[in-house]
Amino acid sequence: MAQRRTGFVALLLSLALAPALSVAHGQDLKSFEQRITTKVLPNGLTLLICERPEAPVFSYSTFVDAGDVNDPSGQSGLAHMFEHLAFKGTSQIGTKNYEAEKLALAKVEAANNALMAEKLKPVGRDPEKVKALTEAFQQAQKEAYAFVVPNQFTDVAERSGATGLNASTGMDETQYFWSMPENRLELWAWLESGRLSDTVPREFYKERDVVVEERRMRTDSNPIGRLVEQFLATAYTAHNYGRSGVGWPSEVSQLSATDAMEFHKKYYVGSNIVVTVVGDVKAAEAMPLLEKYFAKVPAGPKPLEMTTVEPRQFAEKMVVIREQTQPFYIEGYHRSDYRDPDDAVYDAIGDIMSNGRVSRLYRALVRDQQIAAAAEGFSPFPGTKYPGLFAFYAVPLPGHTPAEMREAIHKEIGKLKTADVTDAELAMYKTRARAGLLQGLANNQGLANVLAEYQTRYGDWRELFRQLERVDKVTKADIRRVANQVFVDSNRTSAEIDTEQKQAAPAAQGGAQ
Amino acid sequence: MKFMVSSFRIALACAALVALIPAVLSAQQAKPWEQIPTPKLHDFKPHQPTRIELKNGIVIFLQEDHELPFVSGSVSIPGGSREEEAAQAGLVALYGEAWRTSGTAKMSGDALDDLLAAKAASIETGGDIDSTALSWNSLKGDADQVFKLAMDLLFHPKFDANRLDLAKQQVATGIMRRNDDEGEIAEREAEKLAYGANSPYARQPELSTIMRVSVADLEAWHTRTIKGKLIIGMAGDFDPKAMEAALRAVFEPLPPVQAAAARHDTFAGPKPGVYFINKDDVNQSHVEIVGLGTDRHNPDLPALSVMNEILGGGFASRLFQKVRTELGYAYHVGGAYGAAYDHVGVFNAVVLTQSANTVEATRATLGELEGLNTKPFTEEELKRAKDNILNSFLFRYDTRGKVLAASQRLEFYGYPANYLETYKAGIEKVTVADLTAVAKKYIHPEKLAILVVGNGAEIKPGLEELKLGPVQPIDITIPMPQRPTPPAGPGL
Repeated sequence: MAQRRTGFVALLLSLALAPALSVAHGQDLKSFEQRITTKVLPNGLTLLICERPEAPVFSYSTFVDAGDVNDPSGQSGLAHMFEHLAFKGTSQIGTKNYEAEKLALAKVEAANNALMAEKLKPVGRDPEKVKALTEAFQQAQKEAYAFVVPNQFTDVAERSGATGLNASTGMDETQYFWSMPENRLELWAWLESGRLSDTVPREFYKERDVVVEERRMRTDSNPIGRLVEQFLATAYTAHNYGRSGVGWPSEVSQLSATDAMEFHKKYYVGSNIVVTVVGDVKAAEAMPLLEKYFAKVPAGPKPLEMTTVEPRQFAEKMVVIREQTQPFYIEGYHRSDYRDPDDAVYDAIGDIMSNGRVSRLYRALVRDQQIAAAAEGFSPFPGTKYPGLFAFYAVPLPGHTPAEMREAIHKEIGKLKTADVTDAELAMYKTRARAGLLQGLANNQGLANVLAEYQTRYGDWRELFRQLERVDKVTKADIRRVANQVFVDSNRTSAEIDTEQKQAAPAAQGGAQ
Repeated sequence: MKFMVSSFRIALACAALVALIPAVLSAQQAKPWEQIPTPKLHDFKPHQPTRIELKNGIVIFLQEDHELPFVSGSVSIPGGSREEEAAQAGLVALYGEAWRTSGTAKMSGDALDDLLAAKAASIETGGDIDSTALSWNSLKGDADQVFKLAMDLLFHPKFDANRLDLAKQQVATGIMRRNDDEGEIAEREAEKLAYGANSPYARQPELSTIMRVSVADLEAWHTRTIKGKLIIGMAGDFDPKAMEAALRAVFEPLPPVQAAAARHDTFAGPKPGVYFINKDDVNQSHVEIVGLGTDRHNPDLPALSVMNEILGGGFASRLFQKVRTELGYAYHVGGAYGAAYDHVGVFNAVVLTQSANTVEATRATLGELEGLNTKPFTEEELKRAKDNILNSFLFRYDTRGKVLAASQRLEFYGYPANYLETYKAGIEKVTVADLTAVAKKYIHPEKLAILVVGNGAEIKPGLEELKLGPVQPIDITIPMPQRPTPPAGPGL
């Protein structure tokens, strides 16, 4: 429902799947092994409980290994649309009478199909009929709506103390999460297992309007949103990372409830879901309870991985947007996915180039040359699971241009290729990687999210800690090698906003003629 | 073609049939979640920090937390951007940035950056509307050294002209970009409507005002504010006795703190009407309906909080239910009668909707504001709102960090330490009659200003259809100083 990880800062947060581990204070792998219990249920669903009794609360994360990349062709935005649907309740909650509602919902689908069939006719479309079918469709929705108890699912959760109730759909995954007082664990298990297994496509078409508004807000009416959408669409030729996550307007606005339920059937199977609970919970008591509820989730084969591989880029690509917005520059280079042995090398480059006032890009572009207000490099973008981009961006100071940003960034990249980073820089990366992970461990929700992510991506949450070994192994030579391999002109896509002055400004019209 | 007609008829016929059913069967839908037991919550006493008041008036809070091997600290200093001269708007923002990047006589900002980064530690400074602050964080093993560096920066900053220029460039970039994003425009201009464009709570830095700020101004600001009532908060893995001794050694020798002059902010409130800002490159209108709110000393606050929950708190709130769920007009909709700690907050409702729906969505949102006076509150609404607030109340103090932050905040604004408990008890006592009374007393939709930022060419029907008077355009052109030309590069 609410936030998608599409914005800039939000995407930077996904770098959380960066480095790892601690040593001190019982915050190491061994101490977590004593506090973490996992169980794979017969339906394939993985449950993970981490005991952290600091206060009588818990947080959970449901991590579904399906995101925007899994939207079928012609149906961009479907994973996200389903995520919204998952807040609408089940056959047991959110309805006045499910049996009757079910029939009414079937009528809504029939009416939508009839309307779309007429509306999409290439020739011989009858406007009168479209009008009548539109009315019939609206009428069918109205009749189905009569059975709805609006927002009952979320209402019950919020009345029981749910805090931070939300979900996000990323390119690779869909996550649902909130925090609650510990004495509501069973209620949560009932609600969460219900919505995963017994989703009802209630109020789908109203919610579709809401999602289209979300697109208008994040993408259409936001200069950086527009730029990033074009940037990715240009960088990718074949892979779905190049497709709008929230959905292209003509596709997301025509998704059907049937489409959403087919997506659910394929991807919301036990083997594709990890559920983590962190907080004041005793695994010995809680695990049997959770098993009972989450056994409801349908079993099913793990969906086949996507076979599309982005073809090697052999020509540089550029996007130039000319509009009345201040200038901006971003570029990206195709890199490997998170399983690549060089994953930590990319993290090291990101850290040395971008982390704070000591970073190379800050010192060069912001402090010394004084041409940018901010400049950073980050990866992977826009996803982790498949080969993403290593991206760099810079925000020009007034009077400076995207071309200057580009040149200055290339100069810094060039240094990575021709000279080793310093011992101090490399040591700094390793120290910060350790401390960074450690600081995330004292937060129920953060821990629930990251444990779910590692359990899904590596099949073992322990990788969160073991990753440090790869961090420690990064050498100066690795950084130079990877920089030379990846940061080459033919592997680059750039996008920029060039400011266009307003033509003889028409007086403000007061909003309406 | 034939198929189409028949399925259309069938759909209609079936729909009509279904509509008869609910009244008969609806009573049978069970509520299985109500059968799920709610055990007694585990005993919990939020861990309160130790409060130490020094003879000179400085207050220290110590919050031990041994879960992770980190130590963090902060010093809050009274005085913020509301106290800066209008002609130098932006001074506090520049101060907050240049203070840290300049460094001290002993160690330049750059050297400080290098040293801290190598330790994964940080020392930061910043400015806000009513205060400035210095904060730091490090691994336990580095805590003594980082504390010394932080204290050096607190007492011996050496403001640097180049670093002030660098900060000016950052602020100037923000100024030049402030009309790019629709939401940023709407929020800023709504505050100006509510408080008045020249109010210290709403005014914005301009290129001409930041250019007037000099190193001497930053030094004078520092010298003046550092004499105020400092509040120090320490959290993390430390020995409290040793920590107390270290803090006393630094802060006890200081002279008695100088009390800040009391503020007597008064606001006229917005001039009611419809205001419009055109933005060609959007397809969604950002609507802000604004007026003045209240401050947290107001004894009606618990009732207002419950009213807010009913109006715009969460999924079951009136605004969400009507404008998003029922009408599908918006992804983002909300509203609250705002309350600030030591001045009047803003009362606002917000809705983002496609251009063509602007008038309808604005009406629907206004309708819910009016509804606070015309649509009687029900016992069910009251209970839901109280459940929402009270059952999640725990999350206001479920970590030691949150408890410490709350203590510092209450100390800063001069509220009693048990404020949260009093507030909670107040919430529990709110009745439907209280809600009706506060709505009557505080909710006056006719006093609100309606601001729309959107694409004028697409807003059809137009805003005059709201029938709330002439649509008044707001000019948001960024003023350019006469001389020198727009800032570019070093030495702004």
